[in-house]
Amino acid sequence: MSMPSPTTAVPWICSRCGAPLTLGKIEIAYLGSAFPVELWHCRDCGLVLIPEDLALGRMVEVEKMLEDK
Amino acid sequence: MDQKELRELESQCIQEHAPPCTAACPLHVDVRGVLAALVDESFDAARQILVKRLPFPGIIGRICEQPCRGVCNRKDAGEALEIAALERACATFGALASPTRRIPARGKRVAVIGGGLSGAMTALQLTRKAHSVTLFEATERLGGVLWSTPEELLPREVLVAELELALRDVDVRLQHPVAAMDLKTLRTEYDAIYLGVGRSAAGDFDALLVKVDPVTLATPEAGIFAGGRAIAETSSFIGSLGSGHRAAISIDRYLQKASLTASRENEGAYATRLFTSLEGVTPAPAAIPANPALGYTRTEAVAEARRCIQCECMECVKVCSYLQHFGSYPKQYLRQIYNNLSIVMGERHFNILINSCSLCGLCGEVCPEGLNMAPVCRDARQLMVAQKRMPPSAHDFALRDMAFSNSPLAALARQAPGAQRCDYVFFPGCQLDASAPEHVVQVYDHLRKTLPNVGLLLRCCGAPADWAGRHDLFEESIAGFRADYVALGGGTVILACSTCYQMFKTHLPDVPVISLWEIFDAHGLPEHPSLPTPLALAIHDPCTTRYERDVQDSARSVLHTLGCEIEELPFNRERTECCSYGGLMWLANRTLAETVVRRRIAEHPADYVTYCAMCRDFFADQGKPALHLLDLFYERDLPTRATRPSPRFSQRHDNRAWLKRSLLANIWEETMSEAHVAAIPLHLSEIAATRIDRRLILEEDIRKVIGYVESTGNCFRNPDNGHFLAYYKPANVTYWVEYSSAEDGYTIHNAYSHRMEIVVQPKAQEASV
Repeated sequence: MSMPSPTTAVPWICSRCGAPLTLGKIEIAYLGSAFPVELWHCRDCGLVLIPEDLALGRMVEVEKMLEDK
Repeated sequence: MDQKELRELESQCIQEHAPPCTAACPLHVDVRGVLAALVDESFDAARQILVKRLPFPGIIGRICEQPCRGVCNRKDAGEALEIAALERACATFGALASPTRRIPARGKRVAVIGGGLSGAMTALQLTRKAHSVTLFEATERLGGVLWSTPEELLPREVLVAELELALRDVDVRLQHPVAAMDLKTLRTEYDAIYLGVGRSAAGDFDALLVKVDPVTLATPEAGIFAGGRAIAETSSFIGSLGSGHRAAISIDRYLQKASLTASRENEGAYATRLFTSLEGVTPAPAAIPANPALGYTRTEAVAEARRCIQCECMECVKVCSYLQHFGSYPKQYLRQIYNNLSIVMGERHFNILINSCSLCGLCGEVCPEGLNMAPVCRDARQLMVAQKRMPPSAHDFALRDMAFSNSPLAALARQAPGAQRCDYVFFPGCQLDASAPEHVVQVYDHLRKTLPNVGLLLRCCGAPADWAGRHDLFEESIAGFRADYVALGGGTVILACSTCYQMFKTHLPDVPVISLWEIFDAHGLPEHPSLPTPLALAIHDPCTTRYERDVQDSARSVLHTLGCEIEELPFNRERTECCSYGGLMWLANRTLAETVVRRRIAEHPADYVTYCAMCRDFFADQGKPALHLLDLFYERDLPTRATRPSPRFSQRHDNRAWLKRSLLANIWEETMSEAHVAAIPLHLSEIAATRIDRRLILEEDIRKVIGYVESTGNCFRNPDNGHFLAYYKPANVTYWVEYSSAEDGYTIHNAYSHRMEIVVQPKAQEASV
C-alpha cells in the first residue's frame, strides 16, 4: 500500500511538548496489515498527526480494500 | 447457500431464457440478435448470426412456416415481426462470411441418404464437425420437395446456389438411389447412416422408420438414424431442418461414443419461460415491402427490425435502483454472491453487492417466478459475519445506534402509573423516539385515555442487527424485549413503526401485536386541529408493510377520517418501494441510497404522507415535503413541518434520552437513576454540524476526544489561531477533532475519523496534565 507523503508543512505544534513536528515513517495498521507511512509527528513524545485529507482520502480507500480482502 | 440452493435460485431467474421466437424455432435461431444487428444496419453481422443456426437463409427466408411469428410478443402490440422476410433480407444484403478454417478430418465416414432439406442439413452439420460425409440422392438434383414450391416464391437459382454452397465440402452423388437392401453393405463402408428419404421413398424403409426414437432419431438398427418428412407427424420445411440438425447431433455423439440421450431437453421447439412486459410498447403494424416479390429493401428491413422489442424480463431491475446499480440481473448476482462467499483468498468484490440491498422484497413481488433477493442477501450477510468476513465499517454505526436505544440512557419499560398489569404495551420504536419524541409523549397520553392499562416500552426492535447479519446481537435484543415484556405482564403490543411490526410478526409470533393506526381507526383519533382543506397528500407505504394490507388500510382510513385527499403512488401497497433505510442500504451504500430516495420522491408532485419516521426523514432530507401521519394530529404548521430536515444523529440520541427522562419525570414522577453525566457544552456552526453529521460522528464521540485531551494533554496546537487538534479511539474508530476553547465549553471547527490504527502511541508524560 502506498500513501501520499505530506508535501506541505502543517500549522501544528505538539501542545504538550511545545515542539515542532517532524516527518518520519510511522506504522499504521488495519485488520492485521501494517504499513509504514510518512507522517508528521512530535519529535519529542511521538504524537502522530493524521491530516484530514489523508484520513478521508487514500486511507478510506485502503480501509475498504483491506475490508474486502 | 450451497451449489444446489444456488442452482435452484438461479433457475428462478428467467432473464437468460430464450425469447419466444428462438424457443419456438426448431433451430433456435437467435432472432433477437439478428434483428438487433439489422437495427444497427449491420446486414453482414445479421447474416452471420443467422447462418450459425440457419444455413439456408435465402431459401428458408422465402418459405419458412415461421412458428416464431405465432409466439412473437409483438402480436399483442400491432403485429408479429415479419421474421422470415427479415431473414431473406439478411441473405440478400448481408455478405457471406469468409469460410472458417476447417478442423482436421476425424476419420469417420457418414452416409446421408436423401438430398432434401433434412439430409442437406445433416450433411452440412456433420461436415462442420469434421466428419467425411457422402450424400446419396436418387434424383438428378438436390432439394427434394423444395422443387414443388412455386418458382416465383423460391427462384430456382437461389435454391440451387444456396444448397451447392452449403454442401461444397460434401461428397454429393446424384442419381444414386439407395434401397433398404443396400443398407447392410453401406453400413460396412460407413460409420453411421442418416435416412432423410422423404415421404415418397419411405415405404421401402418402413421396418426402420416406424420405430424411430423421437428424441435421438435413432432407428432400432445401431448407427442408423432417420428424420425429415418420412417420420414427421406434420411436415414443414423448418421441421425438416430441425430433424436434420437433431440427427447430426445424435450421429456426432454416436461416432464419439457419447450418450445419445443426455441433456437433450429443449433441443427442438419448446415454450420459453421468459416473461416480457408490453408495458410502454406502442402498437405498430409490420412494414410492408414496396415490391413484395423482391422482399424488403434495406430501409424497409431496418424499419421492420426496429419493431422488435428485444424480449427480456428485467422486471425486478426496472423497478429497483439497487439491482440497476450493479449493471446486471439476479441470475448473475446470485452467482457473484455465491462466489463471493466461497472465496478463501483474494478480494471479495461483491461485499458491496450483498450489503447494498434494502431487503425490501419488491423484486420478489414483481418477479414472474417470485425470486426474492432479500433473503439471499440477508443470509449472505449472516454467513459473512460467521466467516468473520463482514467489513467492520459496513454496519457499525447503526449497531451502535441500536445499542444506544437499548441502553439505560434511552430504554424504558413501565406499566401505566398505578396499573398492576398491562392490557396493552405501547412500543413507539427507536426512530420515532428519535425523530418526534414529543409525539410519542402525546400518543401515549391519548392511548392511556382511550384504552385500559397501557404500558410503555422504549427500545429498539433489533432490526439493524437483523439487517446487518448479526444474529447474536439480534437475539440479544429480542431477549431484552422479552425480559421487559414479561416483567410488564404481557399485553397486546401497539406498534407505531412498520419495521418493528415486521420484526415482531416474524421473530416474536407469540406476542400479540397491532399497529397504532389500527388502534386509531378502531378506537377513535386523538384530538387534533382542523386540517387545511383541501389537503391532498400522496401516501407512501413503508416497504415493511408490503403484505400488511390491514395496516395500509388503517393508515388510509385514518387519513380519510381526517379529511385528506389521498393520492396513490404508482408503486404502492404490495409494490411499494423502500426509502433506503431498509437493510441499512443508507449506511452501506450512500450514493445508491440517495438515488433510491430521489427516484421515490419524483413519483408524485403532491407532498408525501407516510407512517414511518425514517421514510419521512429521508424524503424530507432530499427536499421532498413529507409528513408523518402523527404530524397531522400534533402539528399546526404543516408546510413547515413537512420540510423539517431529519434531526441529526446526535440529536436523535438526545431525543431518545430526553424522551425517557421526560416521561419518567412527568408520568411516573421518577428521576433517572442512571448517572447522567453533565455534558461538556459544544458549539458547532450549522456547516460544521452538518459536515460532522454526514461523517457519522456524534457529539458524544467529540466529547470523548476532548475528555481524553483533558486527562492526557495529548493534542496539537496551532499557534496562529489557538485551535487544538486531537484524536481518540474509543472503540474501532479513531476520531479527530479540531476545536478551540469557548467561555462555557468548546467551539468545534471540524471532525473526521478513520479506522486504520496508529501503532505508535505518544510517550506518556510522567504526570498527566
